Formats: sequence, structure tokens, C-alpha cells
Amino acid sequence: MTATTLDTSAGAARTVPALPLYAMHVRMLVLETLRVPIAVIGTMVFPALSLLFFVVPNRGVADDPVFATQAVVSLSVFAVMVSALFNLGLTIAENREKPWDPYLRSLPLPAAVRISAQLTATAMLSFLSLVPVLIVGALATEATVSVLGLIAGLAVLALTSIPFLLLGASIGYAFSSKAAIAIIQVGMFGFAFGGGLFFPPQFFPEWLETLSRFFPSRHARELTLAAVEGTTPELWMLAGALAWTLATAALAVWLYRRDEGRRYR
Amino acid sequence: MTATAHTTFARLENATRRFGETVALDDVTLSIGGGELVGLLGPNGAGKSTMLSLLQGRRRPSSGTVELFGGSPTDPRRRARLGSTPQETALPDTLRVSEVVDLVAAHFPDRVPTDALADEFGFSDLLRRPCGALSGGQKRRIAVALAFVGRPRLVLLDEPTTGLDVDARHGLWQGIRRHHAEGTTIVVTSHYLEEIEALAERVIVIDSGAVLADDTLAAVRDRVDSAVVELATDAPDDLLALPGVVRSEVGGERIRLTVDDADAFVRSLVRAEVPFSGLSVRGASLEEAFLTLTLSDRSAA
Repeated sequence: MTATTLDTSAGAARTVPALPLYAMHVRMLVLETLRVPIAVIGTMVFPALSLLFFVVPNRGVADDPVFATQAVVSLSVFAVMVSALFNLGLTIAENREKPWDPYLRSLPLPAAVRISAQLTATAMLSFLSLVPVLIVGALATEATVSVLGLIAGLAVLALTSIPFLLLGASIGYAFSSKAAIAIIQVGMFGFAFGGGLFFPPQFFPEWLETLSRFFPSRHARELTLAAVEGTTPELWMLAGALAWTLATAALAVWLYRRDEGRRYR
Repeated sequence: MTATAHTTFARLENATRRFGETVALDDVTLSIGGGELVGLLGPNGAGKSTMLSLLQGRRRPSSGTVELFGGSPTDPRRRARLGSTPQETALPDTLRVSEVVDLVAAHFPDRVPTDALADEFGFSDLLRRPCGALSGGQKRRIAVALAFVGRPRLVLLDEPTTGLDVDARHGLWQGIRRHHAEGTTIVVTSHYLEEIEALAERVIVIDSGAVLADDTLAAVRDRVDSAVVELATDAPDDLLALPGVVRSEVGGERIRLTVDDADAFVRSLVRAEVPFSGLSVRGASLEEAFLTLTLSDRSAA
């Protein structure tokens, strides 16, 4: 009878389109996070406090429009990076230890849809954490930016934060939540110092300046700064950012596919 | 039977799954055909969940092959006609019940409307509640309902009634039978013999990762139907020589025997004129029954 052919087609053919499925996952991930507000507030407050305590009292920086703008851009990159690494890395690592994630993997859910939904939801929350940084920067320092510069800066920041999101996801898929916290903390401050987010790279010794050019945090900083100031970015910045994006994307997809959740269940 | 009975929906062939040194599933070959209602029976840690996780594409076999609807279950498209239950502790605490139903339903091209599903599985009054505020039994009912939201052809139910009271359990069994009668193929795991007896037509017994029995319900029930006999005697050796003794345990004066047929054993006990006192006979627990099955398989081999 026809049952055989019918079942074969049912096995492989009829699936839902990826876009509405992606939108549904983003919506539920954002809802889940927003309903535990303490998680959101933590990441929102930390970078703004750094700006308030380390930059604002240093009037040599805060009163100089160029240095102040650099500092605000650096801490904006820091804010987005922390949020991306922490929220995504830790959330994914924790979720892998809970039984809901394995259940989602039993659904007809392509890896790319789940990963991109997780990236999008985290990116949306990351940009929330920018708001206090920009407010403190505008009110308490001489940092200036044109409207066009602000828009361009935000767009470039969004693009250059993708490697951090993918790296956060990779850490989440590769490690337990306890190990992930440790790795993210070390990595986060390494990236922050090495990328010139806490001290401007122009004050780096030469060897560190050279090394710094391989850090994704440095690429994000320089490219965002270039967009804000309307200068032309250098080739190494673009090449570096692109290389990190591609490498971390491949890593995240590979680790997701390899991951089988918690052992022994 | 209908034509679907000849269709293979899922298949394991020499499937082995190791976790480090542990062999969770050991060279298992079986297939699930369209229209079947299969009970997967085994104690905790027997390998039931591992087998399901292979069929769901959540894990890959260490060796051997696993097929779902004619392809690899790790391909999401093969899972479009598969329904599964999450563990009841899995539902995200902060999401409302209706949101969880919508999220799961979004994966399937032809979904059951939320109201109809809630009505069928009896959680219409819970739709607005966050999952974290539900009782274990309520979560379990919703978890089972989620397996059916996408109108699947094959449903894998992992311990569907654990933690439910008797009424809720029977209600759920009815629901499972109704879906089966409507043509859904169902695999249900349990460590309750009663549950498998109430539901399944075919029973697969697994322990330590291996299939011990794969037969009709009646045939398997006969094989695991054993009893425990306790008595005191001066002549334990004569006792152990009696036919039908599968397993013995000596504790001081008293001896505990697992036998495959209590009536036949008592008859031969009396006939052999072995002295005894304080005889007691009771039905074996499922664990003891499994042991019988394992040991009688070994002696047969």
C-alpha cells in the first residue's frame, strides 16, 4: 500500500521553516532571562560602574574629549564582551546540565537555529548593558560623538561582538558550568587588558602592542572607535575580526554537534 | 493489520553505547514497526534512557547503527514525526505552560491547538501558570502531552506516569491507548511491570544494556512470573537440588529461594520429603523477577 512511501516522505520532508522557529526560540530565551531580572541587572551595572570608578575620577582622561571617547568606546566593548561571554557561556553550560536542553535536541530543531537564537537573545541583552555606559559617558565625561558616529559605532560594535558570542557559546558547549565560570573570568580579563579596553594601547610597550593586534577585543575596540570617529579602519583590524568570526563560528557549530549533554542519564 | 504494520519506523542494529568504561547499551538489535505499542521494561540504569536517547538523535552509538524513519536520527528532519517526553523536572521554571506548549509546537508543521491538547490531558486550568509553580504530577501530565503536540507517528514515552497518583495514572494510560488506537506507534519505558502489563502488546526487557527478552506481553509475563519461598531446614543441599530453583540465599537458619513456579516447587518439596518449617511463599518483586530472567537465560545458554 501507500503507507511505506508516505512514511518515508514524512521522515525527511515536512519540517517547519527556520525563520519562525528561530523567532520563537529568541522570544522564549529573552522571556526566560527577563523574568529573572537580577541576571540582567548584574551585567548592566558592572561596566557602567567601571567607567564611574576608574575613568570619571581621572580628570586627565574624563576632561579630554579624545581620551574620554576612547574610554567610553573601550568600556562599551567591555560591556558587550562580558555580557556575551558570561551570559551565553554560563547559560549554555548550565542548560546542558539541565534536562530541558536534551529534550529540545530530540525535537526537529537544526543546530544553526538554536545557536543563532541563543546568540541573538544574548546580543539583545548585551545591548541593554550599553545603555548605562553611554549615559555615564555622556553625563560625567567629555566624550563626544555625532549622531551618525553613534549609529555607526553601535552597528560596528554589534558586528564585532559576534566572535565573543560564538566564543561564549563554544565555552558553554565545551565545559561544565563551574569550569566555564573560571575560564570566562580569566579569558574576559585577558581580553580586556590585552585588547586595550582598560589601558589605551598607545601606552603599551611595543611587544604588547604587537600581541594586542591578535586579540578580538582589540579589533572590536579599534573598529568601533574608527566608526565613532569617522576614520578609516586599518586592514589588520578587519582581517583580524573576520578571522575570529569565522574561526569561532566553526568552533561553536562543531562543539554543538559533538555535545551530547550531561553523561550518564 | 493495516499496511503500516510492515513499515519499520525505528531500528537499532548492533548498537552499542559506552560512557567511558561503562557499557550502557550492549550490542542491541531491534526494530519498531508502525502501529506497535511496545513496552520497554527494565530496572533503573538498565539502558532504557540510553536507548531512547539514541533514537532521539541526542546521542550517537559508539558502534552499530541507529535509524529513524529510514535515516539517521541526528538529522533534525528525521525527527519531524517523532514525539518525546521531557523529564518533568525539565520544564523551564520561568515560562508559562502555554508558552512551553507553543515553543514545542513551533517545531512541527501540523500542531494540535493548545486548548485541545490541554483539554485532552487535563491541564486547561494551568495554562497561565509558570512551570516552576506546578506540582510534580502536573508537570508529568504536561510533559506527556508535549510528546503528542506535533501529531507524531512515533512517540517515545520515558517513564510517563512516575509520580502520578492512581487516578491520574489510569487517565494517562487511557490517553496512550486512545492515541495508539488512532494509529500512533508508541514506545513506553517503565520500571513498573504493572504499567507495561496495562499498556504494551510487545515487551522488551533490558538489563545491563542487553535485551533479555523481546516477545508478546503474555510470553514475557510467563517468563518473569516467579516467586520467593522462605523456609528453615536442616538439609539445605537437598533443597537446592530441587528442580525450578533459580536462586538461593542462606541467612542463618532460614533459606530464601527464588523459584519460577511456586506451586510446582512446593509439590516437589513435599514429595522429596525434605524436612522444613516456617514455610512462606510470596510473589517475586520485579527486581527478583528480572534476576530470574537473567539467570534462567544464562542456564539455558
